[in-house]
Amino acid sequence: MKKRWYDYLWIVELTYLVLGFFNILFAWLGLLFFFIPLIIAAVRGTKGYCNRYCGRGQIFGLLGGRFGLSRKKDIPRWMKSKWFRYGFLIFFFIMFFQMLWNTYLVFAGAQDLRQVVTLLWTFKLPWNWAYHGTLFHPGAAQFAFGFYSVMLTSTVLGLVTMVLFKPRSWCVYCPMGTMTQLICKAKNRKDHTVTEQN
Amino acid sequence: MGTRIKRRAVVDDTACVACGCCAKVCPLSAIQIWRGVRAVVNADKCVGCGKCAKECPASVIEIQEVRP
Ligand code: SF4
Ligand code: SF4
Ligand code: SF4
Repeated sequence: MKKRWYDYLWIVELTYLVLGFFNILFAWLGLLFFFIPLIIAAVRGTKGYCNRYCGRGQIFGLLGGRFGLSRKKDIPRWMKSKWFRYGFLIFFFIMFFQMLWNTYLVFAGAQDLRQVVTLLWTFKLPWNWAYHGTLFHPGAAQFAFGFYSVMLTSTVLGLVTMVLFKPRSWCVYCPMGTMTQLICKAKNRKDHTVTEQN
Repeated sequence: MGTRIKRRAVVDDTACVACGCCAKVCPLSAIQIWRGVRAVVNADKCVGCGKCAKECPASVIEIQEVRP
């Protein structure tokens, strides 16, 4: 199959992850990976981001597929159940808002900047070497550390399930994927009942 | 006589996450994502090769025999 320009977006994703090791403020760019899928889903009512542009999915597809780093086994049934997918989305949201709260506290001066990247919501990795002071408020850096933690955590989880199950197993419970599908479902509910009768 | 058994991909609608991995690998573009909700197989195009089923991260595609 002919490769399109968007089949190379995994390079963007990889660059993003690497940049976070050099200067944490690049983490802010990750907001693009958040808003573009949501905008496509809300405006066009499709999962165009997942289906075409997501570099993260492509990385798992490449590593697990071409590089063979996947057992290619079926994902356990509970991991594709609605309660797990929606539960993980809610959990993700709670952790996200907690991160925003921490950012707020630093902005408000109630808390000092913590130069750590928190992996899997638990392990605090010192990350001070990627912070060189800034023209911006330390709060902006706190958000960057928090956001990068989210991105790195989902990458690690995705890699683990890539190895254990199929390459793109992460896509089954990826909060962005679940969220965009929910938006599309809501948006297409009317037409849904029509085609269902066919 | 040489009546070949026809096979076709069937998607479990309720469990499909609409990721589009299946559509990416189908050599005949016989499976597509319907409005970000789920994958839909074009029964006329699908030859039941099973590529999509192998790729699907949720393993919700089954290759079934079609009886006329
Ligand atoms: S489900 Fe998540 S990782 Fe997979 S393609 Fe969609 S946004 Fe990317
Ligand atoms: S690969 Fe599987 S889960 Fe993804 S859209 Fe196709 S049928 Fe649905
Ligand atoms: S079985 Fe083969 S032809 Fe049919 S939808 Fe899947 S990949 Fe396409």
